Amino acid sequence: METYSFLRELADSWVLLALTVFFLGVWVWAFRPGSRALHDDAAHVPFRHDTPSDEEDAP
Amino acid sequence: MNSDVLKLVALGLLVLFAAIAADWARDVAYMVHAIMIMLIAAGLFVWTLRTMPAMGAPIEARPAPTGYMDGPVRAGVIATAFWGIAGFLVGTFIAFQLAFPGLNFDWGQPFTNFGRLRPLHTSAVIFAFGGNALIASSLYIVQRTSGARLWGGNLAWFVFWGYNLFIVLAATGYLLGATQSKEYAEPEWYIDLWLTIVWVVYLAVFLGTVLKRREKHIYVANWFLLSFIVTVAMLHIVNNLAIPVSLFGSKSVQVFAGVQDAMVQWWYGHNAVGFFLTAGFLGMMYYFVPKQAERPVYSYKLSIIHFWALIFLYIWAGPHHLHYTALPDWASTLGMVFSVILWMPSWGGMINGLMTLQGAWDKIRTDPIIRMFVASLAFYGMSTFEGPMMSIRAVNSLSHYTDWTIGHVHSGALGWNGLITFGALYFLTPRLWGRKQMHSLAAINLHFWLATVGIVLYAASMWVTGIMEGLMWREVDANGFLVNSFADTVDAKFIMYIVRALGGVLYLAGAGVMVWNMWMTIRAPRAASAVATPAE
Repeated sequence: METYSFLRELADSWVLLALTVFFLGVWVWAFRPGSRALHDDAAHVPFRHDTPSDEEDAP
Repeated sequence: MNSDVLKLVALGLLVLFAAIAADWARDVAYMVHAIMIMLIAAGLFVWTLRTMPAMGAPIEARPAPTGYMDGPVRAGVIATAFWGIAGFLVGTFIAFQLAFPGLNFDWGQPFTNFGRLRPLHTSAVIFAFGGNALIASSLYIVQRTSGARLWGGNLAWFVFWGYNLFIVLAATGYLLGATQSKEYAEPEWYIDLWLTIVWVVYLAVFLGTVLKRREKHIYVANWFLLSFIVTVAMLHIVNNLAIPVSLFGSKSVQVFAGVQDAMVQWWYGHNAVGFFLTAGFLGMMYYFVPKQAERPVYSYKLSIIHFWALIFLYIWAGPHHLHYTALPDWASTLGMVFSVILWMPSWGGMINGLMTLQGAWDKIRTDPIIRMFVASLAFYGMSTFEGPMMSIRAVNSLSHYTDWTIGHVHSGALGWNGLITFGALYFLTPRLWGRKQMHSLAAINLHFWLATVGIVLYAASMWVTGIMEGLMWREVDANGFLVNSFADTVDAKFIMYIVRALGGVLYLAGAGVMVWNMWMTIRAPRAASAVATPAE
């Protein structure tokens, strides 16, 4: 099979399926039980490090 | 010591090669650029020589710098304001050139005609103004959301100077006629290679800082900014695959041809909008809006969905630029469908930004910087509704090649990108220079209204003239003959072109007020209370 036809068929079958599953997985992962606390914590990140702390140069 | 000697050898060789290249140059643009490189390399040679320690002198160990590295951010803020004024000025001038062709002065030919100034305008506002704003604010944000100093030491300075050298090379190249004629990707091969080097270093600095973060979670703004950096690198490399005709000339030949070239170009072109002007600026939005409103983003879950939906959909939208061309129908239909679906994540993001103000809506009245962010999000919502609509084939048959497209681009660029950048500059300037707040809040308010009225004049006039000329082009009489000639539409558009140019004048005036305000803030004597806490 020529390269174009092969890639075309691959793109609208398995790759399309893989991308769709990944995308739906993102939704499931974002709304998984127990994620609320993590997300509330993450949303407050911009308010924590306005001044660099002294324990700098740790990893 | 040794590294300084190596640096001198490298710079010396660069001066020599640039001098040879200037002598053998096959065209003016290449020669001017070679001379510029030669002078810059020679200057760096002298500077390195003057600052390196003397032979045999003991090497003083300098203490490792601590705290956040804000030098390149400050430089980036100033560069953003400078290029903003330059880009708006050229834009306003070419708007008047369209209304009054006499402004294509004979004495300035061919350097100052519309054809050469237009790419100068688009590159100056997108890459110089927008790009410097993105680089400066991303370097600011990544440090504050990672709790870590920039990785790579002086590499951040290399990114700033290297990127601005790219802009100067590109801009002078356009005026001297060096262009590969690809929209938003006009710079020729050696400028493209230079940008690739700078961009890879930028990615390394950004990613290196994220990797040494002291937060477990990578804040969502950094996700958007990282996708912007990575995707722009990919787009830039693929769309600029070209073979130079000579090593000593600016001309190059594209690797792709025909409809493949057109598809690669608009895959690049639309994702420049999607990842440079949208994902990157959304990264700014997810940091600056919560900070200025002093409350966390409305829904962190929505921001995650927003991110993945946006990058999954945007990358396919490019073919809507090629309706009714040699591109197969399935490809342009695909682009159209994805463009329409894209409406959803775009509005999800807009709602997420606006609802961050929940419980603090009074700030729109009291805080002109918040008002700028809110107006910016409103324009984001408006242009991300207009865009999907225009990508539908039937609508596109009316709107394509008309001024409606120009109006759409500018409501997005002036409204969304411009206003959010102004807001970010007003946020950053007092913090970076240790001031309490901007010199004049009234001036911010004035800027807001000048910019907003300017955008309204611009967008409204382009809607009217765009739809009018689209209808005039397709008007046929009872026998099936076209009613209007092209010149008839040009004549009919004259008034609207003047209104548009006046909108540009207002927008430019607003930016002038901002530069004055920034100048007064930076020059103001340091308040005693502000010294104790650098950077807020």
